[in-house]
Amino acid sequence: MNWAAIRAIYIFEMSRFFRTFLQSLISPVISTSLYFVVFGAAIGSRIDEVNGVSYAAFIVPGLIMLTVMTQAISNASFGIYFPKFIGTIYELLSAPISFFEIVLGYVGAAATKAWFIGIIILITSFFFVRIDIQHPIAMFAFLILTCISFALFGFIIGIWAKNFEQLQLVPLLIVTPLVFLGGSFYSITMLPPFWQAVSMFNPVVYLISGFRWAFFGIEDVPVMTSLFSIGLFSGLCLFAVYWIFKTGWRIRQ
Amino acid sequence: MAPILDIKNLRKSYAGGFEALKGVSLQIEQGEIIALLGPNGAGKTTLISTVCGITSATSGQIKVGGHDINTDFRAARRMIGLVPQEVALEPFETVINTVKFSQGLFGKKRDIGAIEKILKQLSLFDKRNNQLKELSGGMKRRVLIAKALAHEPRVLFLDEPTAGVDVELRKDMWDIVADLKADGVTIILTTHYIEEAEAIADRVGIIANGELLLVEDKTKLMAQMGKKQLEVQLTAPLSAIPDGLVSYDLTLGPSGDALIYTYDTNAERTGITQLLNDVAKAGLSLRDVVTRQSSLEDIFVTLVKEDAA
Ligand SMILES: Nc1ncnc2c1ncn2[C@@H]1O[C@H](COP(=O)(O)OP(=O)(O)O)[C@@H](O)[C@H]1O
Ligand SMILES: [Mg+2]
Repeated sequence: MNWAAIRAIYIFEMSRFFRTFLQSLISPVISTSLYFVVFGAAIGSRIDEVNGVSYAAFIVPGLIMLTVMTQAISNASFGIYFPKFIGTIYELLSAPISFFEIVLGYVGAAATKAWFIGIIILITSFFFVRIDIQHPIAMFAFLILTCISFALFGFIIGIWAKNFEQLQLVPLLIVTPLVFLGGSFYSITMLPPFWQAVSMFNPVVYLISGFRWAFFGIEDVPVMTSLFSIGLFSGLCLFAVYWIFKTGWRIRQ
Repeated sequence: MAPILDIKNLRKSYAGGFEALKGVSLQIEQGEIIALLGPNGAGKTTLISTVCGITSATSGQIKVGGHDINTDFRAARRMIGLVPQEVALEPFETVINTVKFSQGLFGKKRDIGAIEKILKQLSLFDKRNNQLKELSGGMKRRVLIAKALAHEPRVLFLDEPTAGVDVELRKDMWDIVADLKADGVTIILTTHYIEEAEAIADRVGIIANGELLLVEDKTKLMAQMGKKQLEVQLTAPLSAIPDGLVSYDLTLGPSGDALIYTYDTNAERTGITQLLNDVAKAGLSLRDVVTRQSSLEDIFVTLVKEDAA
């Protein structure tokens, strides 16, 4: 393994993050606060509790997931798309480094950034609502797994994209709706039976349910199912990355 | 000694089916400077990109320092530095960080001393904390060189390093090339400036249409292929070549006041003495006699023309 190279990519990518550190932190803090005002205060005043948890607290895991997923995808996809776009990819391709090491560097950095932002949102929410995290280790594990698997997914999008429109297409058209419809701000059990059934096809439902279980011990689907589905998603992404590596798809002519 | 770069029968077809390299073989010894000369679209960049791993070969074999570029790619690539034809840099990154990045990427332990030395050599040290977008075009090219040298490569590829750069940078570039050569670094550069090949290369390869037409020692090439021209300048212009001189391979200069004789420096007899005698016999009076050695440029043009024919 070329650890020096993985480290170099990781540091280089993180420096982009730190260069815009304030921006990177302020925007999630502001948007989280807005969500609390809109969903927590306005809607929360009409919904008392969901499964024994105050509505303002109930939305915290979904809020974190929403941001973490979109951040992981956009960081990773941008991270690898940008070198392709400006041509600096030549250096990655000519370096004594395997595709696996490239993935580790980029996905690692993107996941770290997303994780940071997730933690910032969690800390911000402590200012609005009292939260007792019931399974802190499981909470961290879910958070890290989500960061990594969605960063992998973002990496694939970044390799696939041929222009900036495509880069934003998948997050905008697929991920955001899935996340919003994935029970971030409500329990699936609050839906009519038909929509409950439809929701079972939305993979994000399982992630949010598992994450929320780690917080409050309540779940829409069994936590093992959540774990299995995030494992499956990571596995699919890994396989796609492996295939890209084998074929040089959209990177090596 | 085994060649440091060994390319055997390399073919490259791009996805559209276009064959950019049609069976190129090339052996380069350690410490050589070789200039690959060829018109635009000849396949120079494709050749370099394939050796460096940016494009994959369709068939053929490439070894760098004895390491196959596919089966032993880490060892092979560690030896290689590449300065690409197109300037590509992260605009918001600083000079020093982007060079550090290259050093790490090629698996070297962080060595700030080595980086600072390179930056000083390239007159970039004062700009080390500047963002790349703040640099001029010439400076950016220097940064590309610094990045390529950051891991102390043994084989350096320079893809049209002096295309569109100012005189100062070109001179610096030649100095750097000379220094690297003194350290035993092998240098492969592409250019379409013939003076450049003439000035710094040990050997010259000529590429056209994806084929390596020849690779030859520069001095030998010029001697072998070198035709000389003798220009006999006359005091009074002529309208035609006089009868007594038609047996020679002569052309009349543009304004008729010079006879141009082309001869081969390697021939046993150049025929110059005889010619000058006959010129005197024809009753022409001479103003001056000038000789000209054909340059690489003429050789190049001749070869590429022959290839196209
Ligand atoms: N990515 C590509 N896809 C298809 N054709 C290409 C590609 N890159 C280069 N070519 C073609 O291959 C030929 C050689 O190009 P190149 O190696 O860049 O030439 P040079 O560097 O000698 O100017 C050209 O005809 C060019 O159009
Ligand atoms: Mg070129």
